[in-house]
Amino acid sequence: MADTREGLEAFGDVLAVIAAALFALVGGIWFFGSNDPAMSFHGLLMMLASAAAGIYVMTVAFREKAAIAIGNYEPPEGYFDGPIKVTVVAAVIWGIAGFLVGVLLALQLAYPALNFDLPWISFGRLRPLHTSAVIFAFGGNVLIGTSFYVVQRTCHARLAGRWSPWFVVWGYQLFIAIAGTGYLLGITQAKEYAEPEWYADLFLTIVWVTYLLVFLGTIWRRKEPHIYVANWFYLAFIVTIAMLHLVNNAALPVSFTSPSSVILWSGVQDAMTQWWYGHNAVGFFLTAGFLGIMYYFIPKRVERPVYSYRLSIVHFWTLIFIYIWAGPHHLHYTALPDWAQTLGMTFSIMLWMPSWGGMINGLMTLSGAWDKLRTDAVVRLLVVSVAFYGMSTFEGPLMSIKAVNSLSHYTDWTIGHVHSGALGWVAMVSFGAIYCLVPWLWNRKGLYSMRLVEWHFWISTLGILLYITAMWVSGITQGLMWRAYDSLGFLQYSFIETVEAMHPYYVIRAIGGILFLSGALIMAYNVWRTIRGDEPVDIAEQPRVAAAPGLRLQPAE
Amino acid sequence: MSDKREIDEVTGVETTGHTWDGIKELNKPLPKWWLMTFYASIVWAIGYMIVYPAWPTLNGYTKGIWGYSQRATVSEELQGAKAAQATFRAALEKTPLAEVKNNPDLLRFAMVGGASAFATNCAPCHGRGAQGFAGYPNLNDDAWIWGGSLADIEKTILYGIRSAHNETRRSDMPKFGTDGMLTPDQINDAAEFVLSLSKRATDQAAVARGAKTFADQCASCHGPEGKGNPELGAPNLTADIWLYGGKKTDIVQSIVTGRGGAMPAWDGRLDPVTLKSLAIYVHSLGGGK
Repeated sequence: MADTREGLEAFGDVLAVIAAALFALVGGIWFFGSNDPAMSFHGLLMMLASAAAGIYVMTVAFREKAAIAIGNYEPPEGYFDGPIKVTVVAAVIWGIAGFLVGVLLALQLAYPALNFDLPWISFGRLRPLHTSAVIFAFGGNVLIGTSFYVVQRTCHARLAGRWSPWFVVWGYQLFIAIAGTGYLLGITQAKEYAEPEWYADLFLTIVWVTYLLVFLGTIWRRKEPHIYVANWFYLAFIVTIAMLHLVNNAALPVSFTSPSSVILWSGVQDAMTQWWYGHNAVGFFLTAGFLGIMYYFIPKRVERPVYSYRLSIVHFWTLIFIYIWAGPHHLHYTALPDWAQTLGMTFSIMLWMPSWGGMINGLMTLSGAWDKLRTDAVVRLLVVSVAFYGMSTFEGPLMSIKAVNSLSHYTDWTIGHVHSGALGWVAMVSFGAIYCLVPWLWNRKGLYSMRLVEWHFWISTLGILLYITAMWVSGITQGLMWRAYDSLGFLQYSFIETVEAMHPYYVIRAIGGILFLSGALIMAYNVWRTIRGDEPVDIAEQPRVAAAPGLRLQPAE
Repeated sequence: MSDKREIDEVTGVETTGHTWDGIKELNKPLPKWWLMTFYASIVWAIGYMIVYPAWPTLNGYTKGIWGYSQRATVSEELQGAKAAQATFRAALEKTPLAEVKNNPDLLRFAMVGGASAFATNCAPCHGRGAQGFAGYPNLNDDAWIWGGSLADIEKTILYGIRSAHNETRRSDMPKFGTDGMLTPDQINDAAEFVLSLSKRATDQAAVARGAKTFADQCASCHGPEGKGNPELGAPNLTADIWLYGGKKTDIVQSIVTGRGGAMPAWDGRLDPVTLKSLAIYVHSLGGGK
C-alpha cells in the first residue's frame, strides 16, 4: 500500500515538473517571440513563475525521497489546508486593491481631473481592473478557498491531488496578475467581465479544469453518504463558469505571439452571448458560489441546523435551471428580437422565488439563535449579507421588467443594484467567512479582536447604504431627465445637464466607497494580528466556534 | 454518518438524519407563501408568453396574441411625436427666416427647439451658455466674425466654417511665421501694433515699425484700421474680443500659424426646421444684428 502511494506521489511529482516545464516553455516563447511588450512581459511572468514552481516541486520531491530512504517519511495526513491559507490572504490583498481602485474610479467620475491624462490610470482601463479585481480576484479567491475548505469538511476527505490544489491557487493568482497588468497596459478584448485576451483565457481554462477535477475528486472520495448542499452550489458554480468562459471567449488569435484575437461571434449574436455570459457570471459566480459559502458558514457559525432540506433542494434546482435563461434582460429595447427579450424577462420574474429560497434558508437557520445577531458580529456580517442578497434578488427581477428597465437601463440605478449585490451580499458574506476561517485555519483561539469586527461591520454597512441610496437617487433622476420632453415635444435636457445633475451623488458614492475600503483595511489589520498569533484582546466576547476546532470548549451539557 | 433522524429541541422539527461536519438539516416543508408566489410567477410568465412574442420556432417565432412588436411600437411613438409637432414644423418650414418673429407662437416653438438642439449639438464646443472657449467663439456678444444677421448665422450653421461642404465659409489667414513670410522681428512688431489697436501696446517704437507690416500684410483683410471684414471672416482687432486669446504671445501665435479653426456643416445632419430654429435661437442670444 505504501509503495503504491509513494509511487503515485513520485508520478505526481514528475507530472508537475513536466507541466511546469511546458508552461515555462510557452512563457519563454511569448517572452522572446512577441513583438508586443505587454505580452512579452506576461511571457516573462509565466516563465519565471513556472520555473520557480518546477524547482520547488523538485526540491520537495528530493527531500521526501531522502526521508523515505532513511525511513522517517511521514505522508501528509488530514485536511489539506495550505492552499486555502494562500487564498484567504490573497482575497484580503486583492479585495483591498479592488476596493481602492473602485474608490479612485468613483472620485474620477465626480472629479474627472483625477484621470491626470495618464492612459494607464484612465477610467477606461481602471474600470475593468476594478470589476475583475473585486469579482474574480477577491471573490474568486474566497470561492476557491472556501470551496476547498467546505468540500473537505463536509465530505470528510482530504483534498484530491498532491500538486493540483497548489496549481489551482497559484495558477489563479498568475492569471489575475496577467489579466490585471494587461488592462493597465491596454490589452483587452473589450467584452465586459471577460476582458482578458485569448492567452490569459486559455491559461485560466487549464486552471479551472484542474479546479473542477480537484473538487470532483474530493467529492468522489467522500466518506459521507450524501453530498452536502453547499457542494452542489459550488459544483454548479465551477461547471457553469467553465462553460460560460469557453463559449463567450471563443476567439481566433491573430498569431501565437500576438495578444490580439478575433471573437467568433458578431453583432447581436455577440451581444446575446456576452450577456448570457455576463448575467450567469452573476448567477453562478456571485450567487451560486456564494450561496455555497452561506450554506456552510451560517449553520456552522450559529450552530443550528439548516432551516429546510427540502427548500434547499427545490431552490437549488429551480435557481440553476431558471438563471441560465435570464441574460437577455440586459438587452431590452435593443436589436435583440422581441421573443428573446420576453424570455429573458419572464424567466427573471420566475427567478425571484428560487433566489429567495436561499435567503429564507439562510435567515431561518437562525431560529433559536437570533440572540447571536447581537452578540456575534461575524454572524451579523453573514446575516446582513443574506438580507442584502434578498434585497438585490428582488430588485433584479423588478429591473428586468421592460417598463422598469426602460427607465433604469444605462443609468446609475444599475450600478447601485450591482453594488448592493457586490458589497452587501458578496463582500459581506466573504468577510464573514474570512473571519471564521482565519482562526480555524491558523489554529487560533479566536480572532485578534471582535471589537474591530464590530467596527468593520458598521463602517461597511454605512458605506454600502450611502452608496446604494446615492445611486438610486442619481439613477432615477438620470432616467427621468433623459426621457423628459417639454410641452412642445422637445428634449428637456441635454446629456451634459444630466451629467452635471449627478455630481453630488457621485461625491456621496465616493464617500460610501471610502468607508467600505476603510472597513476592509480594519479587517486586514485584524486578520494579520490573528495570523501572527497575537493573543485575542476580547476572547470573552467571542463565541466558542470562533476558535479552531481543536481549541474549542465543549458546550455545557 | 448513518441516517439518524432526531427531533431538534428548539423548533421541535425532525432532522433529516444527515450530518456533515456537525451540520444538520431540518425536515421542514416548503414555506407555503414561497411556493404560492413561485407558482404565481410561473402562471404570470406563461400568460406573458402567450400574449407577447416569446418562443423561437423553425422559421420565425411565436407572435403572441396581442401582436406586439417593439419596432412597430417605437415607430408609432416617433410618428406620434412628429405629428404633435407637425403644425408648427410645417409653418416654420414655410415662413421665411426674417418673418418668424412676427408670429409669437411660432417664434416660441423655434426658440425652444433651437435651445434643445443647441444643447445637444452646439454646446460641446460653444458651451452650455454659448459663452465659448478659446478657439470657439462666444455667441452672446456683438462680435461676429462672419456676420451676425439672421441670414449670416443661418449660412454659418448650414455650411460650417472651413468644413467639407462645398458652400462652406472659407478664408485662410496666411501662416506668416510657419511659411516664412515674415521674420520673427516683423511678427513681434505686427503683434505690438495689433495690441495698440486695443490701446494695450507698451513698446511704441515697435508699434511704429509694426504699422508698416500691418499695412502691407494685414490691412487687406482686417482693414486699414483693423476693424475687420465679416465678408472675409476677418475679425475686428480693435474690440479687445479675442477668439484665441489677447495676450501678446497669443497674437504672435495667431500670426505665426494663421489658426484656421473649423466648424462642421450641419446641413444634412439636422433637418431644415431644426436648422432654422437654431439660427433663430443663436441670433437671439444677445449679439444678433
